[in-house]
Amino acid sequence: MLDHSPRLSQLAILARERILILDGAMGTQIQNLGLSEEDYGGHGSGHVCRHHSEHPQKGNNDLLILTQPQAIEDIHFRYAMAGADIVETNTFSATTIAQADYGMENAVHDLNAEGARIVRRALDRATAMDGRPRFVAGAVGPTNRTASLSPDVNDPGYRAVTFDDLRIAYGQQVRGLVAGGADLILIETIFDTLNAKAAIFACFEVFAETGYRLPLMISGTITDASGRTLSGQTPTAFWHSVAHARPFTVGLNCALGASAMRPHLAELAGVAPTFICAYPNAGLPNAFGQYDEGPDETAAQIAGFAREGLVNVVGGCCGTTPEHIKAIADAVAGQAPRIVT
Amino acid sequence: MTPYLRLSGLEPFVLTPDIPFVNIGERTNVTGSARFRKLIVNRDYAAALEVARDQVENGAQIIDINMDEGLIDSKSAMVEFLNLLAAEPDIARVPVMIDSSKWEVIEAGLKCVQGKPVVNSISMKEGEAAFRHQAELCLAYGAAVVVMAFDEAGQADSFARKTEICARAYRILVEEVGFPPEDIIFDPNIFAVATGIEEHNNYGVDFLEATRWIRQNLPHAHVSGGVSNLSFSFRGNDTVREAMHAVFLYHAIQAGMDMGIVNAGQLVVYDQIDPELREACEDVVLNRRTDGTDRLLEIADRFKGGAREEKLRDLAWRDWPVEKRLEHALVNGITEFIEADTEAARQLADRPLHVIEGPLMAGMNVVGDLFGAGKMFLPQVVKSARVMKQAVAVLLPYMDAEKLANGGEGRQTAGKVLMATVKGDVHDIGKNIVGVVLACNNYEIIDLGVMVPPQKILQVAREEKVDVIGLSGLITPSLDEMVHLASEMQREGFTLPLLIGGATTSKVHTAVKIAPRYAGPAVYVLDASRAVGVVSALLSPEQQGPFIASLRDEYREVAERHERNERAKQRLPLAQARANALRLDWQAYAVPAPKRLGAQVIDDWDLAEIARYIDWTPFFQTWELKGSYPKILNDEKQGEAARALFADAQEMLQRIITERWFGPRAVVGFWPANAVGEDIRLFADETRTKTLATLHTLRQQHAKREGRPNVALADFVAPEGTVPDYVGGFVVTAGPEEAAIAARFDEKNDNYSAILVKALADRFAEAMAEMLHQRVRRELWGYAEGEQFAPDELVGEPYRGIRPAPGYPAQPDHTEKLTLFRLLDAEAATGVELTESMAMWPGSSVSGLYIGHPDSYYFGVAKVERDQVADYAARKGMDLAEAERWLAPILNYIPSPSAALAAE
Repeated sequence: MLDHSPRLSQLAILARERILILDGAMGTQIQNLGLSEEDYGGHGSGHVCRHHSEHPQKGNNDLLILTQPQAIEDIHFRYAMAGADIVETNTFSATTIAQADYGMENAVHDLNAEGARIVRRALDRATAMDGRPRFVAGAVGPTNRTASLSPDVNDPGYRAVTFDDLRIAYGQQVRGLVAGGADLILIETIFDTLNAKAAIFACFEVFAETGYRLPLMISGTITDASGRTLSGQTPTAFWHSVAHARPFTVGLNCALGASAMRPHLAELAGVAPTFICAYPNAGLPNAFGQYDEGPDETAAQIAGFAREGLVNVVGGCCGTTPEHIKAIADAVAGQAPRIVT
Repeated sequence: MTPYLRLSGLEPFVLTPDIPFVNIGERTNVTGSARFRKLIVNRDYAAALEVARDQVENGAQIIDINMDEGLIDSKSAMVEFLNLLAAEPDIARVPVMIDSSKWEVIEAGLKCVQGKPVVNSISMKEGEAAFRHQAELCLAYGAAVVVMAFDEAGQADSFARKTEICARAYRILVEEVGFPPEDIIFDPNIFAVATGIEEHNNYGVDFLEATRWIRQNLPHAHVSGGVSNLSFSFRGNDTVREAMHAVFLYHAIQAGMDMGIVNAGQLVVYDQIDPELREACEDVVLNRRTDGTDRLLEIADRFKGGAREEKLRDLAWRDWPVEKRLEHALVNGITEFIEADTEAARQLADRPLHVIEGPLMAGMNVVGDLFGAGKMFLPQVVKSARVMKQAVAVLLPYMDAEKLANGGEGRQTAGKVLMATVKGDVHDIGKNIVGVVLACNNYEIIDLGVMVPPQKILQVAREEKVDVIGLSGLITPSLDEMVHLASEMQREGFTLPLLIGGATTSKVHTAVKIAPRYAGPAVYVLDASRAVGVVSALLSPEQQGPFIASLRDEYREVAERHERNERAKQRLPLAQARANALRLDWQAYAVPAPKRLGAQVIDDWDLAEIARYIDWTPFFQTWELKGSYPKILNDEKQGEAARALFADAQEMLQRIITERWFGPRAVVGFWPANAVGEDIRLFADETRTKTLATLHTLRQQHAKREGRPNVALADFVAPEGTVPDYVGGFVVTAGPEEAAIAARFDEKNDNYSAILVKALADRFAEAMAEMLHQRVRRELWGYAEGEQFAPDELVGEPYRGIRPAPGYPAQPDHTEKLTLFRLLDAEAATGVELTESMAMWPGSSVSGLYIGHPDSYYFGVAKVERDQVADYAARKGMDLAEAERWLAPILNYIPSPSAALAAE
C-alpha cells in the first residue's frame, strides 16, 4: 500500500470546507485565437516543434503546448483568475493512440511534461497575485478508440484497441504528467469504462514506480437520454467499475448540459462515498455546433446542483469560458459542499 | 456507505442482506456443462452465447465463465467469449465471474470486462508471495475475488485448517494489500461426504462450521462454494444427489454461505424432498449418526434402482386429484404432463377461465409462499411461470371459442399492459408474476424490465398506445418514483389507468400520495391474483365507470381515515384535555353506601361455583386458537384441536374441584370517595374530613372528535363538593398451589399438563373477579340488588359499574397497586405479593378498583405528553424520571436522558 502525496490531504481539507472550482473548456479559447496551420506547427509564430510529422497539425490542440506555450499559459491563467482552484493540462489527446492521427506519437512525453509545467507557471502567477493555492490536474482523455466495443458491426468480437495497448499509452502519458509536476490525475470524458480501467491500472503502475499515489479524479460521460455511457453502463454500474481507484472525486462531464446531467449526477452522488465532481457543457450545441448558453444560465443550473447537496467540485466542459467559470464560482460561493459519508 | 459487495456488468449488482443467496449460473462453465464444452470446442460461439443468455433470462445474477478445457486454448477462448458477450447488452448487464485455475487465463479475462467482475479463484497454494501479487493485480483491475482455502500444504479439509487459512488470507488481503473486505469471497472447500471413509463424514459439518466462523470473525467477507462435489459418491443417482444438495444448501445458507455455483435447474425444493430421504441426507450432511452413510446408501438404492423404478416412484403424484397435480407441476416446474392435466381440469370446469382462476392461481400462490419463505430460488419461480404459460396456452383456444360463440371476434387481445419496475429498483418477481397472469388472461404485455426511467415508460406508453401502465417496486425509494411518475403522467396529459404494486406499496400510500397527483385512475393492486379483476374492470366499457367511481370513494375514505389517524397521534396540552373532561350530571346522582366500609376478607369460595363463571374464550387464546367459545369447538380448521383441548381441560377441572387443588382467597374494601381533578381521594369515614389515601389517574390526551371527552377514571367519581360517592377495591387469587402443581407435572416431563393447570388457574382467578364483582353489585355495595344475570351473560359486561385494574389501559401505572394493597392489607389477607416490577405473585391473581357510576366505562389512556407526566409525578410525590420509567410504554415523547441522570 503506497502513501498518498501530500496534495491529497490538502485538497481533501479544502473540499470539505467549500465547493472547489475546476476550469472550463480549452477548445473554445483556442478557437478564438484563430490559429493557422503555420501557427500550430510553430512556423508562423511561437516555437517550432522539434518533433517531426508529415501530417497537417491544425486542430492538434495539444501540440500548442510546445508551439504556442504562452497562448496556452494565458488561457490557464485566465481560468485561474476567474476562480478555478484546479486547472487541467491541455493534454486531452496527448497519448500515442490519439496522436497517431497527427503522426505525433514521439511528442507524447514532452506534451505531457511541458503541459503540466505550463499550468504550474500560470497558477503560480495567479497565486502570486492573490495567495490562493491552486492545483494542476493532469488531463487524461479517453483516446479515440474503445476497448469494449467493436468498430466492425459484422465482427462484434473484434477490438481496435486492447487493454494493454491503452495501459501502455496511458502509462506513458501519466509518467509525463507526473514528471511535469501534476498534482493530480483527471481521467475524463470516459465513454468506455474499460478504457478508464486501463488508465487507472496505468496510474497504479506509475505510482508504484514513483513511490506515492497522486489523487485521482474520474469523470464519466453519459452520452444521451438513455442515461448510460456509450459502452452501455448505468452511472451506478460505472461507479462500481472504477471504485477500486479510490478516487478523490468521481463525476460526470461533457455530452450534456447541466440540467440533462442532473439526474445521472444525482444517481452517482447517491451511491459513491467520495467527493463528486461535475463539469457539464454550456447546454447542448445548436444546429451549428456552437454553445449558446451564457455564463449566468450555466451558473444558475450548477448552483442548483450545489443547493441540492450533490457536488464538491464544479467547472465547465465544452462551450464554457472564463466568464462561465467566474459566474459558476460566484454562484456556488458560500454554498455548502456535499457531505461525504 | 455500508460495505456491501458491489459488482457490475452494464448494470450494478449489490449483495444486500435482503438477498439471502446469490446463485451463480454455471452453464457457461466447460467443466460444469458438457453441452457448453462441446460448443466451445467446436467454436460455436453463437450457440454458446445463447446458453449465457438463457442463464441470465432464468435469473442468474452473476454468470460463471470457465474455459479450462485441455483441448482448447483456454486463454483465447476466454477473451473471445468475453468480447462477444460484451456486444450482447441483455447478457452483459450482469457481472461475470472469471473462473480458471490458470492465472494467465484469469488475467486475460480481466482485460476484457468493463464492469466489476469476480475472479474465481486465487489462493496461497503457491505461497504467500504469489497470492499477494495476484491479489494486488485483482485490486488494480478492479475485481472481487474468490479465495480458496488452500495453502502450500494443500486444500483445507478440517474446520481448523479452513479457518486458519481463511484468517491468514484475510489478514494479508485487508492489512497488507489493502483489499476491501467486502470484495473477498471465501470458498472453504466443499468435499464429498458419505464416501464410506470415516474421515470424510464430518466434511459437511466442517464446511458449515467454517462458514459460520468466517461470517462471524472475518467482517464483511462472503462465503461461496461449488455444491456438486458434496454428493460425488452418489454419481448416477441424481435423485439422491439433488436431495443432498438441497439439504446442504438449506443449512449452508443459514450458516452464512451467501453465494454458490449451483445448477438451479436441477435443484429440488427442500420442502418437496421425500421426508425419509431428506432426513437421511441431513444425517450425512450434518454427520448426525455414525451409521448415516449406511442408512443413506440403503435407501438410496430405493430412489435409484434404474431409471424405470425411479420413474415409478416419482410418478406417485400422478395419482393425485388434478388440482394437486397442477400444483405439483407448478411448484416443481414440471412441464411434462401439464397439457394433459390442464385439459383434464378444463373438462371438469364450467369455463376455461375458471381453471386459471382456480387451481392454476392456487398453485402459483404456493410458489409465492415457498419463495417468500426462502424455500424456492428465483430460477425455480421462473420455471413455475413457464409451466403456467403452457397451461394457459392449452386454455386459450377454448377461451377464444367461447368468445366467438358469444359473438366476439375471437383472438384479439383484451388490452395492452405496460409493466415496469421503476427507476432505481431491480426487484421484479412480483411484476413478472403479474405479467404472466395477465398474459395468461389474454392481455398483451409490454415488459420494460427493471430500473426503467419515467421518460422511457411514458414514451413507450405513448408509442405503443397501451391501455394500462403497471408499476412495480420493492424498496422504499420506489414509492417516490411512483409518485413522480404519476405527476409526470398528469403533466403530460395521460388519462389511462395506472396500477401500483409491489411489497412496499400499499393502498394507503396509493390513496394518499399517488391518486391525488393523477387525474386518471391510480389503483393499488394487492397481489397478482387481483390484477386480472382490476384490469378487466378498468377496461370494460360497462364496468369502468362504476368501478372507478367506487375506487375514488374508497380512496377518499382511506385518505381521510389516514388523516384522522395522523390527527389521533397529536396530543393536546394537559390544560386543554382537562377542559374537555367528561362531565357527568352529579346533582341528580345518588348511590347507596356500601354495607360495610373498610376491608373485609372473603373466604367462602366454592371451586365448582367459580368454574361456572369461567370465560373460556381467553383460555383458547392462550393456546393460540383464535375464535370465541363455544363456536371454536366446531370451527372447520381448529375445531378438532379445540375439542381435544377442551376435553382435557374439563377433565383437569373436575380433578381441581373434587381434589381441591386450589385454595382461592380474596379481599374487598370500600371507602367514601370524591374526585379532585384526576385524583380520587379516599376518606377514613363518612365525615370525609380525613384523607386515608389518594388514587391517582391519568387523562387521555389525544385529539378527540367533537363531542368526545378526554376521559380519566376520576371523571366517573363524584367531585368534591357535589354528592357523596364511594370507591371499592379488591384482590383475588386462585391460590399459590398452582405453581407447585405445575412444577410436579414438569418434573414428570408432562409440560402439557403443567401449562394446562396454569391456564386453568388464570381462568379461576378471572372467574373469581367476575363472581366477586357480581356479589359487590348485588350485596356488598348493593347498588344493583335486583341484578339477575346468569354467569355466561356476564362476559359481555352488561352490568352497571367497572373494575379497572392498575397496569391496564384505563390506568397504565402499575404502582397504583401499592396504594390498593396497603388499603386492603392484601398480602396478609390473600398471600398475594407484589414483585419489584409490581407484578402479582402468584400469577393467577387479579386486582382492581370498583367504580359504581352507571355511565362509567373501560377506555385506554393511550399516549400522554410530558406536561401530564410532570403533573402526575408531582401529585404522586414521585421523581419525574421514576414516573417516566413506570409510564415508559405510554410516553408520547422521548424522556430526556439528562433529566434521568439528574434524578439519580
